[in-house]
Amino acid sequence: MRIPCPLCGERDAREFTPRGHATLLDRPDVDAQPQAWHNYLHLRDNPAGETRELWHHTAGCTAWLVVQRNTITHAITGASLAREAGHAR
Amino acid sequence: MRVDGYGRIDRARPLSFTFDGKTFTGFAGDTLASALIANGVALVGRSFKYHRPRGILTAGSEEPNALVEIGEGAATTPNTRATMQELFDGLTARSQNRLGPLDLDLLSVNDLAAPFLGAGFYYKTFMWPRAFWEKLYEPLIRRAAGLGRLSGQHDDGRTEKAFAHCDLLVIGAGPSGLMAALTAARAGADVILADEQTEPGGRLLSEREEIDGQPAADWVAATLSELRGLGVRIMPRTTVTGAYDGGTYGALERVGLHLPESADLPRECFWRIATNAAVLAAGAIERPIAFPMNDRPGVMMASGLRSYLHRYGVVPGERIALFAANDDAHRTAADLAAAGIEVVAVIDPRPDATARGDYRLIRGEVTGTRGRRALREITVATDAGEERIAVDALGMSGGWNPNVHLTCHMGHRPVWDDGIDAFVPPETHVPGLTVCGAAKGDFSTAACLASGIAAASTALSALGLTAPDIPLPAASDDPGRARALWQVEGKGRAWLDFANDVTTKDVKLAAQENFRSVEHMKRYTTQGMAPDQGRNSNIAALAVLADATGRTIAETGTTTYRPPFHPVSIAAMGAGARGKGFAPERLTTSHAASLDRGAPMIAAGLWYRPSYFPRPGENHWRESCDREVRMVREAVGVCDVSTLGKIDIQGPDAGAFLDFLYTNTYSTLAPGKVRYGLMLREDGHVMDDGTTACLGPGRYVMTTTTAAAGQVMAHLDFVAQGLRPNLAVRHISVTEQWAQFAVAGPKARDLLASVFGAPPDLPFMGCTETTLSGTPARLFRISFSGEEGYEIAVPARYGAGLFRDLVARAETLGGGAYGMEALNVLRIEKGFITHAEIDGRITAGDLGMAGMMSKKKDFIGKAAAARPGLTDLARTALVGLRPAVLEQPILAGSQLYDGSDAPVRTNLKGHVTSACYSPTLDCHLALGFLAGGRKRIGSRVRAVDHLRGSEVICEVIDPVAYDPDGGRMRG
Repeated sequence: MRIPCPLCGERDAREFTPRGHATLLDRPDVDAQPQAWHNYLHLRDNPAGETRELWHHTAGCTAWLVVQRNTITHAITGASLAREAGHAR
Repeated sequence: MRVDGYGRIDRARPLSFTFDGKTFTGFAGDTLASALIANGVALVGRSFKYHRPRGILTAGSEEPNALVEIGEGAATTPNTRATMQELFDGLTARSQNRLGPLDLDLLSVNDLAAPFLGAGFYYKTFMWPRAFWEKLYEPLIRRAAGLGRLSGQHDDGRTEKAFAHCDLLVIGAGPSGLMAALTAARAGADVILADEQTEPGGRLLSEREEIDGQPAADWVAATLSELRGLGVRIMPRTTVTGAYDGGTYGALERVGLHLPESADLPRECFWRIATNAAVLAAGAIERPIAFPMNDRPGVMMASGLRSYLHRYGVVPGERIALFAANDDAHRTAADLAAAGIEVVAVIDPRPDATARGDYRLIRGEVTGTRGRRALREITVATDAGEERIAVDALGMSGGWNPNVHLTCHMGHRPVWDDGIDAFVPPETHVPGLTVCGAAKGDFSTAACLASGIAAASTALSALGLTAPDIPLPAASDDPGRARALWQVEGKGRAWLDFANDVTTKDVKLAAQENFRSVEHMKRYTTQGMAPDQGRNSNIAALAVLADATGRTIAETGTTTYRPPFHPVSIAAMGAGARGKGFAPERLTTSHAASLDRGAPMIAAGLWYRPSYFPRPGENHWRESCDREVRMVREAVGVCDVSTLGKIDIQGPDAGAFLDFLYTNTYSTLAPGKVRYGLMLREDGHVMDDGTTACLGPGRYVMTTTTAAAGQVMAHLDFVAQGLRPNLAVRHISVTEQWAQFAVAGPKARDLLASVFGAPPDLPFMGCTETTLSGTPARLFRISFSGEEGYEIAVPARYGAGLFRDLVARAETLGGGAYGMEALNVLRIEKGFITHAEIDGRITAGDLGMAGMMSKKKDFIGKAAAARPGLTDLARTALVGLRPAVLEQPILAGSQLYDGSDAPVRTNLKGHVTSACYSPTLDCHLALGFLAGGRKRIGSRVRAVDHLRGSEVICEVIDPVAYDPDGGRMRG
């Protein structure tokens, strides 16, 4: 599997460490309802198809990426910097 | 025997080799198989289950029978295909799976018991008594059935791994692959051409054919020369073994296996090839016919006979017959006849079959064979009756199976093509992969060449390149008419899977016992589960299954194709990861000095740290450890703490960043000050702890534990980029840039005074940037021992020198170096925590540090830490433990129980995390988590270790057993 790092170009997947769905970027406010925190910490969709997930370019530039991946075909259709996703919010 | 004037071998270079201890001669260019055939050796192994005599069946990597051991001693490689092993001078090979000499294998009695050894026999036979299975039946079966054995010794043989990148990977260098590579190379693409054989060319080297009016081999040579000129990377001896996600292919190169071990080459190299597009030109494999007793040495594939004749100039006998329902057999007969070999007969059941030369054509079927260790005679049935014909060898052909494997490695299934009676690649399969030639079902040479051009053009347009106008070379357009012939009914067993001894009867039995799914049949009969992974037998077996269950082949379907296409040794796949390569060593700057002092090193993650520093007269680690603890408590000790993670954090918002990471506040920390911090995971549990020093406005150095350094660094990356991207802060790991040493003890100040020339003027939890002998240095006043303690950091290149200097000075003050054992005792005496305590389930409250969670700000884990389950007062909390009988050791890992409660899970009250003998307090000590926590101080619990059979009554004490008010470290 190969991931197109926006900083380094396309690299082998073994340079990266995965960390689950990109929803982890949407951290609730500290005083949000417990259900919001429960959702954030524990509940994940398990889509058959397109998903967005976090990958850390551990053995590369150390950027966290939001990678678009198809869970059925494993096709990776894009990757952006988590930093930009954060700025966009 | 050899045939004059044939073969691509070098008859001027004879090579000597041994097989089962006998010495033979072959020529450069031979495989072990061709050299054995040349020497008249027909019997090369014993079959898996019945121990039947077996000979060479094929000339390719699909060989199921001729599996041999190569090499001696630790370097022995079992299950090597004799058909793929190139001959070299001094090669030693041995046959496998026999008891006694090969021609008198004592286990061949199994063959007499064959009626009882059908599919699933061990499920049915070895049921009772149950206890016999493990002790008796299984070892017996394992001894009797099987292939080669590993030497059991450590093998130093070298393997390598490598990566390659290209625009286009062409898999297979037969006519289609060569044409595809040529088309792409002329278009300017960066091409890799990988081929399994020693010489690229595929079947063009095995046939009597012409391309563009010249012998096919000459056309191959000219094409290869042009490809080299165009910069194509040609990789012979390289089998592409798997297609993976994202255009990545695995490939196994046999680098040095064709040479003696003394050649300075790795045996194999496992390649990972990342490519933008790929062309599969893997050709096809000829399938055997399941006729009665078709497994005798001397029965071979018809195409194999042609390969042996044209590539190696050998034939397996003087009188050869052929059996097929296609034109291939006739082509073979014509080639053999042209070479002057006697073709006794061609047996072809097709009514419209015609002879292609001056040989006898029999319209019938082979229904039996004879010959004990080699084929002697065949029985042929025709409308006119039975006839026995004396032969030395029989070539057979049941048609061709396209090598569709790689197209199915991502879960796709091949589709049945009624026109050619074969499975062909599905419409959609591996992205970026285009199939051509025989792998796609194009069987004539002209069609192969044309489809090579077409496949390359498809790939080129995907790459954004324009395919050049390439004239199609003139070649034969005869695909070889064929009729499917799977099996011949008759008396005697008819083998489908030679490698696993599976016959048509076994498949029919599976169907009869309702293992009708092809996947069930495979598992019940073990068909297709041998080293050849059913490459010779899968399609025929499912044809027999289809017949037995009244379905079509298309309805029956295939089993799942999975990588690897060809076996890959674990050594090759894991190349570079053996021994220390598996877990590389991280060494501190004091490593050599520690070894000089005789310190045993222990692993801490990838780091190596000194356990203790033995002195003369000390015979047990405890003696050294106790002395080092006393040394720190009474004089001064020096310890390398460089392995702790160090993260440099800078920027105007660095304080705010730290506030968000830690439970406590850092933005208020003044330059020149150090603060202890607790870091939670977002789920509210403790992730790590450590100190962070403020070196100046917006300049911090964070310290993590050794164990969690990587995790904390990735966490900081995530928080900085993903959660707080708007903060003006940057961080970087400087763990390896700074060597850091703890200097602790009542004489630490004296030692530093001698190093720096003046006593340090630092309050407890202070820090300063200074210089030491003209180099930059950092001095922190922090303590993990409970004594007055400092840590000196210098650039790593000065670490080795500083450590030796500090230890030498410490020794003059009655101190010295201390290791991990003493460090652990010192911190247990003081109730300081490590990851033994922070095991991922612990909250700040459990540690008695709830007060460190700021109420004024948000921080990672704050919301989740407030959840009821994490603040429950019934949770266990950190306590100290001291045995009621002081000399009784408490074992870390023990479970804690109250009073006379039975020591069972439902009564569990806590557990022991760390334990030691405290020389300072002259008793055993422990830390642990106990329900009720510090409220239990003064009461008693039982520490029970079920595994080691220990039960100790403990008194619950404050976790800080020594110097509870901290007067010593504050100084």
